[in-house]
Amino acid sequence: MTELTIIEPGALTTVQDFGRPGHSALGIGRSGACDRGAHRLANALIGNHPTLATLELTLGGLSLSPDTDITLATSGARCPGVPHLAAFQLRAGETLTFGIPETGLRTYLAVRGGIDVEPVLGSRATDILSGLGPPVVSSGDVLPVGTTERPVPGVDVAPVPEPTNELMQIAVTPGPRRDWFDDEAWALLTSQTYSVDSQSNRVGVRLSGEPLQRLREGELVSEGMLRGAIQMPPSGLPVLFLADHPVTGGYPVIGYVDDLDVDRCAQLRPGQELRFVRAGR
Amino acid sequence: MGEAMRILPSGSRGLLLELDTLEDVLRQYAALLDADLPVLDLVPAGRTILVVADRETNLEDLRSQLRQVPPAEHGQQEGSTVEVPVRYDGEDLAEAAELLGCSPEELVQRHQEEDWTVAFCGFAPGFGYLAGSKFAWDTPRRSSPRTKVPAGAVAIAGEFTGVYPRESPGGWQLIGTAVVDVFDIDRDPPALLVPGTAVRFVGQP
Repeated sequence: MTELTIIEPGALTTVQDFGRPGHSALGIGRSGACDRGAHRLANALIGNHPTLATLELTLGGLSLSPDTDITLATSGARCPGVPHLAAFQLRAGETLTFGIPETGLRTYLAVRGGIDVEPVLGSRATDILSGLGPPVVSSGDVLPVGTTERPVPGVDVAPVPEPTNELMQIAVTPGPRRDWFDDEAWALLTSQTYSVDSQSNRVGVRLSGEPLQRLREGELVSEGMLRGAIQMPPSGLPVLFLADHPVTGGYPVIGYVDDLDVDRCAQLRPGQELRFVRAGR
Repeated sequence: MGEAMRILPSGSRGLLLELDTLEDVLRQYAALLDADLPVLDLVPAGRTILVVADRETNLEDLRSQLRQVPPAEHGQQEGSTVEVPVRYDGEDLAEAAELLGCSPEELVQRHQEEDWTVAFCGFAPGFGYLAGSKFAWDTPRRSSPRTKVPAGAVAIAGEFTGVYPRESPGGWQLIGTAVVDVFDIDRDPPALLVPGTAVRFVGQP
C-alpha cells in the first residue's frame, strides 16, 4: 500500500471528506471539508470518487513524501511551489513542499486513491470541535493511500475562479431569530464592512466591526443550527458557522448565508473584509 | 398539530419547527422519524426541531409536507427502559441538594426514582439532555464552570440531567459517576442515550 510521510504539517492540516451527515440528533455534527467545492474539484482532477478523503491545508506549510510514485492535484488556495488546479506526478522519495498562499486560506490536496485512514461513523473527516475522526496531521505521520480503478480525466487545468483577498460580498437571508433584532440592527448587519478576526477556525468565521444591539433580552433555549448560520453572541459581533460548528447553540441566529456560498466564506483570511448584502428575493 | 407549530427559516437547506413544550417536541420528533420525508437530518432541541433537507429538496414543498405530519401519541420510544448504573459520588452532591432544598440522600433517591426521557443531544457527541416528569427539577448551574469534568460524570442543571461522554469543560452540578460508556463509536448507534429513550438511574455501591 502506498504511504505518505508527513515531514512538516503546516499550521493546521486535517483529513477531510463530505463529513458524517445524519447523526446530528446524537450530538454529532457533520464536519467535512470547509470548502466542499474545492475538495470535490481536487478529487475530480485525478479521477477520484468525490467521497474519497483529501488533505485540507490552512495557509499551506505542508511538506510530505510518498513511498511510491503517485498522482496528485490541488485546489482552493494556491500555494507557491506546487502545481495548482491540475493533476501532477510525484516520484517515490521526492518531497513536495507547500508555500504560504497569497490569496485564500484553505488548500485541498487529493491523492489518487484517496487518504485511506480508518473511517469513523462513515467518514474520514477530522472534527476539531467534537474530537471525532483522525487526529490533526503532525510531523512523522504516515498516511495510507487507497486505490481506484476510475480513469484519470484528460483535463490539463481546471478553469475555476480562485479566491481573492478583496472585499467579499455575501448574500444573507433572515434567520429564525431575526425578530430578536430591530430593523436598525439588521440594517447595520447588511451595510457595515466586517473584518475577519484571527480567532476564526473550522468552527466559524469570527467577525469584528460595530456591535449589534439585541432587541430582546433573556435566554434562547438551545436549538439546532446549520453551516452558514450567523450566530449573534452577547458581544453583538457575528460568528459565521463553518464545517465543525456545534450541532445546537444558545445564541440567536439572525441570518443565514446560502449553503453553497459558505464554501467561499471558508476561504476568508484573517484581516480580510466581508460585507453581508440582503439576498435579492 | 399545525396551530401550535411555527416554521422558521434556517438558511437554504433548513427549516426550524418551533413548538410550545418539550413534550410537543418529542411527539413531533417521533412522528417525523416515522414520516417518509426527503430530509437528511433532524435535530430535536428544547423547543425546536431543525429539519435539514438535501440540496435537491424544495423547501417550500417540504414546509407544506411538514404541516401534514401530526404529532405522535407518545414522545417516548416504545419498549424497554435503558438502565444507567451510577455511583453517587459527585463532588457537588451536597451543594446541589442544598440548592434543591433537600438532603443529599433525598436527592440521590429522587434521581433514581425519576422517569427520565432523553429530550435531545448536543454539546458533545452522545451528550443527552434528560428531562424528568415527577419532580420539579430546577438546579442552578455552578457559578464558575469546571475546566475539566471527567468522562462518565452524572450531572444536573436546570430541568435536566446528563452524563458527560468524555472529559470536557462543564458547568453542571456533578452528583455521580456512570459505570457505563454513554458514547462508543464502535456501537450502533454510538450513543446510548438517543432522543426519545426512557432512562432509569440505578445506584451502585
